[in-house]
Amino acid sequence: MRARFVLSEVGIGLRRNLTMTFAVIVTVATSLSLLGFGLLSNAQVGVMKDYWYDKIEVSIYLCGDLSETPSCSAGKITIPQKNQIEQDLKAIPVVQNVYYESQADAFKRFQERFKDSAIAQNVTPDQLPESFRVKLKDPTQFAVIQSAFSGRPGVDVVQDQRAILEKFFRLLNVLRNGALFIGLISVLTAALLISNTIRIAAFNRRRETGVMKLVGASSFSIQLPFLLESIFSAIFGWTVALGLLSGFKVLVDQRVAPLLTFTRFFGWDAVWIASLQLLGVGLLVASLASLITLRRFVKV
Amino acid sequence: MSKTYPSQERPALDGVNLEVAKGEFVFLVGLSGSGKSTFLRLVLKEENPTSGKIYVAGKDLSKLSGWKVPELRRQVGTVFQDFRLLPNKTIFENVAFTLHVLGYSQKEINREVPEVLELVGLEGYGDRRPSQLSGGEQQRVAIARAFVSHPAILIADEPTGNLDPTMSVGIMKLLDRINRTGTTVVMATHDSGIVDQMRKRVIELEGGLVVRDQVRGVYGYSG
Repeated sequence: MRARFVLSEVGIGLRRNLTMTFAVIVTVATSLSLLGFGLLSNAQVGVMKDYWYDKIEVSIYLCGDLSETPSCSAGKITIPQKNQIEQDLKAIPVVQNVYYESQADAFKRFQERFKDSAIAQNVTPDQLPESFRVKLKDPTQFAVIQSAFSGRPGVDVVQDQRAILEKFFRLLNVLRNGALFIGLISVLTAALLISNTIRIAAFNRRRETGVMKLVGASSFSIQLPFLLESIFSAIFGWTVALGLLSGFKVLVDQRVAPLLTFTRFFGWDAVWIASLQLLGVGLLVASLASLITLRRFVKV
Repeated sequence: MSKTYPSQERPALDGVNLEVAKGEFVFLVGLSGSGKSTFLRLVLKEENPTSGKIYVAGKDLSKLSGWKVPELRRQVGTVFQDFRLLPNKTIFENVAFTLHVLGYSQKEINREVPEVLELVGLEGYGDRRPSQLSGGEQQRVAIARAFVSHPAILIADEPTGNLDPTMSVGIMKLLDRINRTGTTVVMATHDSGIVDQMRKRVIELEGGLVVRDQVRGVYGYSG
């Protein structure tokens, strides 16, 4: 069969079943958009993790006059102890860099952070602990530092800022999983709709398929127009979804990003990657739903 | 060769053994339910025999794999009592449909279709729709569609069943003309007048059995 003849048959099929074609396009568009939002929220979690993990450090607070942990029973940390800790830190491979924060530095930072609060006036430098701020090459490798320095004489507490962020990211993961789940459910709905549409189309065109069978058309060429129709609908729905996702990205850039300056947002690359994945999902779902239905309803 | 449909005890065809030579014209007669349609369905491999073998155009159908069945059907043109034309296509498009399916080019289609329309006596009807034609004319279109690709065998299942006698005569003349081009014609029919007139080979089925196979026969012994 020539391509032009197949395409004209596809065109006739799509036009004759216009309301169903429209329903398929809208369903594919909404389901792919929902799945797309799931993919974008996944990208957003990734961006935020990169952004925050890049900023977090491990703090090794050193014993001061006020420390009460057992490792501080000997009182304030000595200078040789301090030098030894710094030397050991720099020898650990996962450590990127180390800087020492004296009580005076800590006081200055404290004053900056709480400059509008009454608490700033009540704190003196000797109440704040001195510490080593350790930046890790891989922020998940906190345990290495923890086991090496926690409980060591002169070390008060080893604190990982990541532990605080983890709770936040756990929440984000739940939201992302929810978005992906809803997206997948609606893609499944789209698959069922495509399958039903083909059933109806096959019934409407049983005369044509009967004649094709009669004159010796191969099963592939009888089923091809149906398959192409759902693939065309899926591609059309996908372009609508692509438009919606791009609109969402513009909205985030123009309206949301200026308000939430504490984080970065996903870039256009995430939108393109998500749309390619959606195209793949759309084509796969449309073809599978069609082929399975055709096997049952357009027998040769 | 025998055929028993599932969930049926009595075979639709029982020990049928016959041969139709290339270029022959054969009438298949018998009452409804005698096995005529089953015979034609078996030739098209729409059904498979329960036992025995069928050869069509030199090929053993039992050895023909599913995806080669379309190839078989291209060598066998089919015409039915109810015409089976596509109502929203023109006469030209209906006939051209066969050639499109078989992958002919537009140029070949533009040459072949008018030729076959002329053969069936419908030159100039190309732009009309099936609903604008009489039953006899619609059946001519169906024959044109079946014959346009010049199949080796033409199967006609009660082609005159819906037509009045004068139209039937025209259809029979047309089938005869097609037979004279060397095409084997197998026609199932109830129409005793036609069978008697044509004096061709007659195979009569009754309850799935061949009860008569007569060269230059008539419809029934009683006349």
